[in-house]
Amino acid sequence: MKAMAGGYARATDVQHALDLLAGADGMGRVLAGGQSLIAAMNMRLSTGDMLVDISRIADLRGVTVEENRLRIGALTRHAEIETDPLIAEHAPLLTQAAGHIAHAAIRNRGTIGGALAHADPAAEFPACVLALGGMIHVQGPDGTRDIPAEDFFVDVFETALEDGVILTAITLPLAEASEKHLLRETARRSGDYALAGLCLVKRAAGHRLSAFSVGPRPLLALAAMERLDAGDIVGAVSALRAEIDPTGDTQASAAYRRHLAGVLLTRAMAEITGEPA
Amino acid sequence: MTISFGNPDRPNSYIGKTVPRPNAPRLVQGRGKYVDDIVLPRMAHVVFVRSPYAHAGIGSINTVEAMAVKGVLRVFTGADLAKVCTPWVAVLAHLKGLKSPPQHALAVDRACWVGDPVVAVVANTRAAAEEAAALVEVDYTPLPAVTDMMSALDTDTPVLHPDMGDNLAFRRLHEEGDVDAAFAKAHKVVEARFKTARHTGVTLEPRSILVDWNPAEAQMTAWHATQAPHMMQTVLAKHLDLPEGRVRVICDDVGGSYGIKVHVYPDEVATAAIAKIMARPIKFVADRLESFTTDIHARDHEIGGRIAVDKDGKILAMDIDDWTAIGAYSVYPRTSAIEGNQVVNLCGGPYDFAHYRAQTSVVFQNKTPTCQYRAVGHPIAVAVTEGLVDMAAAALDMDPVEIRRRNMYADDAYPVTSPAKMRFEGLSHHASMTKLLELMDYDGLRAEQAELRKKGIHRGIGIASFIELTNPSPFMYGIGGARISAQDGCTVRMDPDGSIVALSGVTEQGQGTEAMLSQIVAEGVGVSPAKVRVITGDTQVTPYGGGTWASRGAGIGGEAALQSAMALKASILEVAGSMLQSPVEALDIRDGQVVDSATGEARMPLEELGRIVYFRGDTLPKGLPRELVQTRHFITSDYPFAFTNGVQASYLEVDIGTGEVKLLKHWCVEDCGRIINPQLVDEQIRGGIVQGLGGALFEEIHYDEDGQLLNGSMADYLVPMAAEMPDMVVGHVETPTMESALGAKGAGEAGTAGAPAAVMNAINDALRPIGAQVTAMPFTPERILRAMGQIED
Ligand SMILES: Cc1cc2nc3c(=O)[nH]c(=O)nc-3n(C[C@H](O)[C@H](O)[C@H](O)COP(=O)(O)OP(=O)(O)OC[C@H]3O[C@@H](n4cnc5c(N)ncnc54)[C@H](O)[C@@H]3O)c2cc1C
Repeated sequence: MKAMAGGYARATDVQHALDLLAGADGMGRVLAGGQSLIAAMNMRLSTGDMLVDISRIADLRGVTVEENRLRIGALTRHAEIETDPLIAEHAPLLTQAAGHIAHAAIRNRGTIGGALAHADPAAEFPACVLALGGMIHVQGPDGTRDIPAEDFFVDVFETALEDGVILTAITLPLAEASEKHLLRETARRSGDYALAGLCLVKRAAGHRLSAFSVGPRPLLALAAMERLDAGDIVGAVSALRAEIDPTGDTQASAAYRRHLAGVLLTRAMAEITGEPA
Repeated sequence: MTISFGNPDRPNSYIGKTVPRPNAPRLVQGRGKYVDDIVLPRMAHVVFVRSPYAHAGIGSINTVEAMAVKGVLRVFTGADLAKVCTPWVAVLAHLKGLKSPPQHALAVDRACWVGDPVVAVVANTRAAAEEAAALVEVDYTPLPAVTDMMSALDTDTPVLHPDMGDNLAFRRLHEEGDVDAAFAKAHKVVEARFKTARHTGVTLEPRSILVDWNPAEAQMTAWHATQAPHMMQTVLAKHLDLPEGRVRVICDDVGGSYGIKVHVYPDEVATAAIAKIMARPIKFVADRLESFTTDIHARDHEIGGRIAVDKDGKILAMDIDDWTAIGAYSVYPRTSAIEGNQVVNLCGGPYDFAHYRAQTSVVFQNKTPTCQYRAVGHPIAVAVTEGLVDMAAAALDMDPVEIRRRNMYADDAYPVTSPAKMRFEGLSHHASMTKLLELMDYDGLRAEQAELRKKGIHRGIGIASFIELTNPSPFMYGIGGARISAQDGCTVRMDPDGSIVALSGVTEQGQGTEAMLSQIVAEGVGVSPAKVRVITGDTQVTPYGGGTWASRGAGIGGEAALQSAMALKASILEVAGSMLQSPVEALDIRDGQVVDSATGEARMPLEELGRIVYFRGDTLPKGLPRELVQTRHFITSDYPFAFTNGVQASYLEVDIGTGEVKLLKHWCVEDCGRIINPQLVDEQIRGGIVQGLGGALFEEIHYDEDGQLLNGSMADYLVPMAAEMPDMVVGHVETPTMESALGAKGAGEAGTAGAPAAVMNAINDALRPIGAQVTAMPFTPERILRAMGQIED
């Protein structure tokens, strides 16, 4: 099929992008890496969009450590995240995640901001940012706003981002020296969206566990986290299976995904504790 | 003239060597010419409005808004096209009882599957035509859809085509010996139900056609991504009421076909009809969603199987009950009964046993039509046969190799006729098995498997022997009344500079036909392959032939090429003998030179002979024949088919926590007779294995109960990808067919035939200690855990 765009403009800076969006009569659509949006347009699932291309805005790129937090610009590509030394040091969960996302060609273009804004319930980065307790920074006509990851993901492809607002960056706490990060997922083929996946972060303060592809949005598994903190892995598995809400599709049923999430948690804990599952 | 294939040092020994593919640089440099690359003056694009319902009556059609879209030229309904294009009925006389209703280029009163073309929109650009197509309003009346295979014949299931009486398209029962008595006295009887999923071919290049009608010449030209240009010539001529001679089908580069592009598709015939009406070139290129809803599907079978063995593991009898659902129409002109028929013909294929019963029941339903796809019926028959043989071995506590050894036809038993009445000229099951076991170090692997099992690692080894039907005679289609040529021809000519042009009726789909032909012609004439230009795929230019299907290109087209090349060599030498005042027997052609055959001494380059013949023919004796163009045809006649054989093995690991299967290694030893180009054969085998592995682990078209296709994209229909593919080791045994001088049989489908069975047997080998077994493909992680009783709903 041939895509049908309403128009296209390349923004020179964030303010320009915001102006373009404001002037698009509600049809404005941010274009970042295009790895989800263009595919949707090519299947005519999205037509008539006024595309505002932010991909050349230098301010939205780059990885830095600022005020004791790791700052990742929205336009940072999956492939950059995979190899960035600051990310490997301070948020290795993201390094692990990048290797699971699609294939090299897609990772060379897709951006972390796009992945978060797109909010596919099966995507890795949203679940990572949730497990890490990240903050999502946005800028709109009314100025900037910081949204905790826990409040950002609303439903399938739905976030707290309002129309005309741009996701500019995320910030994450720096990993403690003894902190452990683990991402585990099962996909039908390498690069496919996961049938189910988990992000496990073990900090001095306790465990943080998020699950993806097992509900309408990435889930912070609070009940399972509480059991993990209590040292009850079997209880955590039951709690996780109870608090997720997977749906079935042509790849696997809800029951399989629920089962799988538990298997992945058992294995992840075995790996983190060094004790066989 | 014969060729001493046994001597690898013979002159011009290109047959049997890996020589570069002449078309490879062109294709990798992006200089190929696919249908979509062709742009003609005044060309317009057609897009089809397709039924969103599995079954619906078609009421009024409103095209006012669509016509208003900028760039739209015309909109056609089924009734419009029915005026210039007759419908077709896909039955063949030798498939007794096969029935199918008339099918139109565009559905007229009723749409019968999601994707059935209903309206055609023609515009200056594809984008405009798509935009307009979305605005066509069709008043559909949804009708009850038949979607379940096994209940299609129940009395309370609606009859899809009332004129047909019931939903049974075809049924064939074959019975040999006394099956019931053999089962009654058997030491062990093993029984299982198998399922193979609905697949489609997923060609890299989608279906494409560009048709021009030139009223001044009363000539239709179709540039078509097809496997069978001459068949399409007949079809277009017949249904558009044109003389065959005024239809030219040209088939330049084709980006993969796998059987998908050997059928008649209503949207492609509609494109031709529209070109004729509008008298201008019309292009149709399917997009990926259209490919999933309208390319033929295949392999949607459910099979009940039983095997009876004695206490020594000798197979006494097999009993097969195959069911398949083909969609709403049998596909023209090859029909959709062939796949089920093949299951009947092929089950039990490698084994010497006496009592055999097999029935196939082919039913209609409201889904995309199914038809022939790479290795037609083989993956199904091999999975059922090899699955049952392994289960019987397990019941007897016998090694899977041993039970096969005790039952395979002995290598010196040929010719034999199987209980399915297939005739085998010469196969090599035992030699192939011996080679396989060596290549894979079977005993070593078994030891490793046992060792790892102690550590809770579940590995499995699966073996699958198979036969493969190749080099078909007219027994496949021609005797049923189809104008599908089993014969093929080749014309070889020498031009003045000594270069050779070969025109062949077999076609290049990306599989290397032109490489194979160039090396055969090179050896046959005595020049280097670089001197040979091969032309295929043009009905007005090449000899008449069947094209690409049923693994016939090398065996049939290759033999025609060899015979015509040797005939050309003889006529060149006749001229040379006269010029050099030498007996013809004392001369040979080597590397483009006429030489003394005893000493190899160069006597004259071919360009000198060419110069004399073409420009100074006056210097040759009057009456000396100087026919530097020779044509030969070949058809098999001793056997209906040249069967090949082989054996595959899979080594894999099952993760019993997640149900995932990791393929560790795969082996295939096969016997395609004379190997013309070892690398091409190996890569055909590997590619075929990959397609088979796709069927075993990944590929499955899903429909809901209303007949809606649920996974019409590459994100949801999982094709096998490189990361999941194991290393593959390919070995060969060569038993040339005696029907031809070349001795080649087909190699393109063997990989696909055996791979799913090998994987199934390996998974079940891994699961056997746990007491679980899977028989429904693809073996998804979920199906494996369910078989293990791990999933609670
Ligand atoms: C074959 C394939 C496989 C894939 N597999 C995976 C996978 O396994 N895991 C996974 O996580 N992802 C996967 N993806 C998706 C990929 O990661 C995308 O890159 C990502 O989802 C979107 O990022 P993008 O930069 O390409 O965004 P775009 O496609 O440009 O945009 C996506 C959406 O986000 C909005 N948007 C983008 N950036 C911003 C911003 N800064 N502010 C506000 N809104 C914005 C756009 O308006 C649009 O609605 C896959 C994609 C493909 C094509």
